[in-house]
Amino acid sequence: MKFTLKIWRQKSPDEKGRFVTYEAHDVGSGMSFLEMLDSVNQGLITKGEEPVAFEQDCREGICGSCSLVINGTPHGPDRGISTCQLYMRRFPDGAVITVEPWRARAFPIIKDLVVDRRALDRIMQAGGYISANTGGAVDGNVLLIGKDQAETAMDAASCIGCGACVAACKNASAMLFVAAKVSHLAILPQGKPERTHRVRAMLEAMDREGFGSCGNQYECEAVCPKSISVRFIANLNREYVRAGVVESGLPAEPESPHAESA
Amino acid sequence: MMKLDPKIPAGPLETKWDRHRFSEKLVSPNNKRNITVIVVGTGLAGASAASTLGQLGYQVKCFCFQDSPRRAHSIAAQGGINAAKNYQDDGDSVARLFYDTIKGGDFRSREANVYRLAQVSAQIIDQCVALGVPFAREYGGQLANRSFGGVQVSRTFYCRGQTGQQLLLGAYSALCWQIERGQVTMHPRTEMLDLIVIDGQARGIVVRDLVTGRVSIQTAHAVVLATGGYSNVYYLSTNASGSNVTATYRAWKQGAAFANPCFMQIHPTAIPPGDEHQAKLTLMSESLRNDGRLWVPKMAADHRPPGDIPAEERDYFLERRYPRFGNLAPRDIASRAVKTVCDEGHGVGPGGQGVYLDFADVIERQGQDVVHERYGNLFDMYNRITGEDAYHVPMRIYPAPHYTMGGLWVDYNLMSTIPGLFVIGEANFADHGANRLGASSLMQGLADGYFILPYTIGHYLATAKLLSVGEDHKESRAALQRVTDRISRLLNAKGRRPAASFHREVGKFLWDHCGMSRNKAGLELALRSIPALREEFWRTVVVPGSGEAFNQELEYAGRVADYLEFAELLCHDALHREESCGAHFREEHQTADGEPTRDDTCFAHVAAWEYREHAVPILHKEPLAFEFVQPTTRSYQ
Repeated sequence: MKFTLKIWRQKSPDEKGRFVTYEAHDVGSGMSFLEMLDSVNQGLITKGEEPVAFEQDCREGICGSCSLVINGTPHGPDRGISTCQLYMRRFPDGAVITVEPWRARAFPIIKDLVVDRRALDRIMQAGGYISANTGGAVDGNVLLIGKDQAETAMDAASCIGCGACVAACKNASAMLFVAAKVSHLAILPQGKPERTHRVRAMLEAMDREGFGSCGNQYECEAVCPKSISVRFIANLNREYVRAGVVESGLPAEPESPHAESA
Repeated sequence: MMKLDPKIPAGPLETKWDRHRFSEKLVSPNNKRNITVIVVGTGLAGASAASTLGQLGYQVKCFCFQDSPRRAHSIAAQGGINAAKNYQDDGDSVARLFYDTIKGGDFRSREANVYRLAQVSAQIIDQCVALGVPFAREYGGQLANRSFGGVQVSRTFYCRGQTGQQLLLGAYSALCWQIERGQVTMHPRTEMLDLIVIDGQARGIVVRDLVTGRVSIQTAHAVVLATGGYSNVYYLSTNASGSNVTATYRAWKQGAAFANPCFMQIHPTAIPPGDEHQAKLTLMSESLRNDGRLWVPKMAADHRPPGDIPAEERDYFLERRYPRFGNLAPRDIASRAVKTVCDEGHGVGPGGQGVYLDFADVIERQGQDVVHERYGNLFDMYNRITGEDAYHVPMRIYPAPHYTMGGLWVDYNLMSTIPGLFVIGEANFADHGANRLGASSLMQGLADGYFILPYTIGHYLATAKLLSVGEDHKESRAALQRVTDRISRLLNAKGRRPAASFHREVGKFLWDHCGMSRNKAGLELALRSIPALREEFWRTVVVPGSGEAFNQELEYAGRVADYLEFAELLCHDALHREESCGAHFREEHQTADGEPTRDDTCFAHVAAWEYREHAVPILHKEPLAFEFVQPTTRSYQ
């Protein structure tokens, strides 16, 4: 197979970028998209030219490094996968493929297709954790967690932090990312003591970093490599409202006055 | 002259760790804030160590080459984590986990270390639950377990097929907390390129900021390496493409002994290699062997579709050779059995490199839904890569380099032969002997990081005499110079060959001569050929771009240059070990049925190699004494 690639090249954060056209020849249908880019890069290196910078690491859809907008869609045309899990058999022979970086104010471009996603780490640092010291944890079976509850927490926790949700959103919102973490920890009993602070701190950090707000378009769910549901955004909104009520001093859940410390 | 003192506490096995902890000196809380510790790597071991050290009050500088600490390769571990909880009441105990691990390692690990690992295993689960790790649960709310990889009890805890991800995100969240508290300063996209040793103590590292290209000196009172394994020396492996040997290899060149480099785990169940452009081998979790059956056609070169081959013409080779363990035989044994049937011409798929892993029986017995619930994500992954539907056509699998039991030598305190240099997780050699059992690497990484290193490093910091050192110390400047010289040498090489082609070549060479089976002639050939390849690398490699900018090819070429040196060390070790044990199979040492023969008289030792410039490394031996278990022939038949 052969393909025409229009790839975004940008030398550094401050310089202007542009699309450059490359031809990819002798591409096997069993090659992954990233292996196809590797082979284009090998050609460039052999000529002494700088290869196209792009991110990748595990190449099995779990580390969240890879981050390409392919023909306008983050992680390409298939649902529920990241770019590294995309194979060339998915494209018709001779196709023209456009490759761009994540585009969002909170993700400045470093070079070519590589962006700076530290904003997501800073949101996590604002409250995406349970303050549990090492040592002294109670036996894991002391906390009984129903199977359904554990499964829902796991659905949310499977976020790989790639940022595709941000890249797909026209407001460049990180709501699905924040919703996944807030929900994962709010569902579990271990996460309850800090749930009020957590949701507020993480959303404030999200605003501070320059991410937009949710427009209820669901593009985030459509491109999420782990198919994380937008229902978690609804849950995030509930958590946020609840936090407001709790902090106002009114009882949040009148039937269970001790819920906050339970 | 290098001295190997394992510093194993005397006395009964069961109380060694407790007594040792009590006899260790502590750093007073007020002094901790004046002490800086460097942690390199943010996988399970690094993230758990950095967060715990931060919690204890030390100032921690933490480094990773990825853009975020959450992306370290521990994230890709699928199957699970072992712990001697005995929640299933099926006869598990600390002693049994200890024994299984020692035996699984083919009696090439230290009793005291392994016993301690089994002891802290239960605490790890509790800690992870406290951090919010969503382990699989039963309907009644209790933690679920499964049996995994060559043991007869169910002691493996899991989060679907993403256990490594969830454990790492737990440790990462703890790290985030300590970053927020100001105890840990995180340096992502920063690669360690050398170690600074002053007055015989590890006092810092030289790093390169991968965005700006700036090379800088980072000093500290102690250095912890949690930089993972070196499977990528084989080019194709299950590791992430960034995983590399550079940090441990550079530490070796500064005087840390490298132990048992030839103990290299080849995982039996990866998707077989395809064409030459392939960049990695994708692992299919070992948990698949709980329900899948491995087979090949009895007739060699049988190209019929698997469905057309009747049961009596199939060879369920693991069940035939190892009836007691069947498809759950340990990794080294299963991998070798796969290689044997493929070498005999029974392999299936392209190039005859593959065997079937068939789920037809369990689907018929329990239904497709059950299989989907257990392994759905793995079946999807397989489908995407191969285009085949494993619910209807058996999977094809083939072994792939996966994990390195070898690593920098450490004593019981996880300290290398350089005082102040600690090594944890896969980067050290300590606990898995010649073969690691499934679901044990996550256990070891977190045991080292959460529960062992934070104690043992305290004793060192409380007792060592540590003068203040700065960036202008001559050893710091010398280390910086070594790094900048090497970078300019790479950038100034005026050839036409990309680094990847050398990587592929050395990897293929190792796979052929120092892979699943090894012999003297092949290893000697490798030792003769590698230096020539290395010379060609420096003569003909091309690295475009500049050193003062983001330059992925420069990062990669530096790692390949280290593989080209490290490959030789691997072969020296494999050549010296004239026995077959665990993952190391020397063709000269086998029984008539092809089973490995171990030599406890001559090789019950850890082989620790000392670096020498332009010369063959020096071998030091740490004898392994077995006081509490009797080494037996490891038979799974």
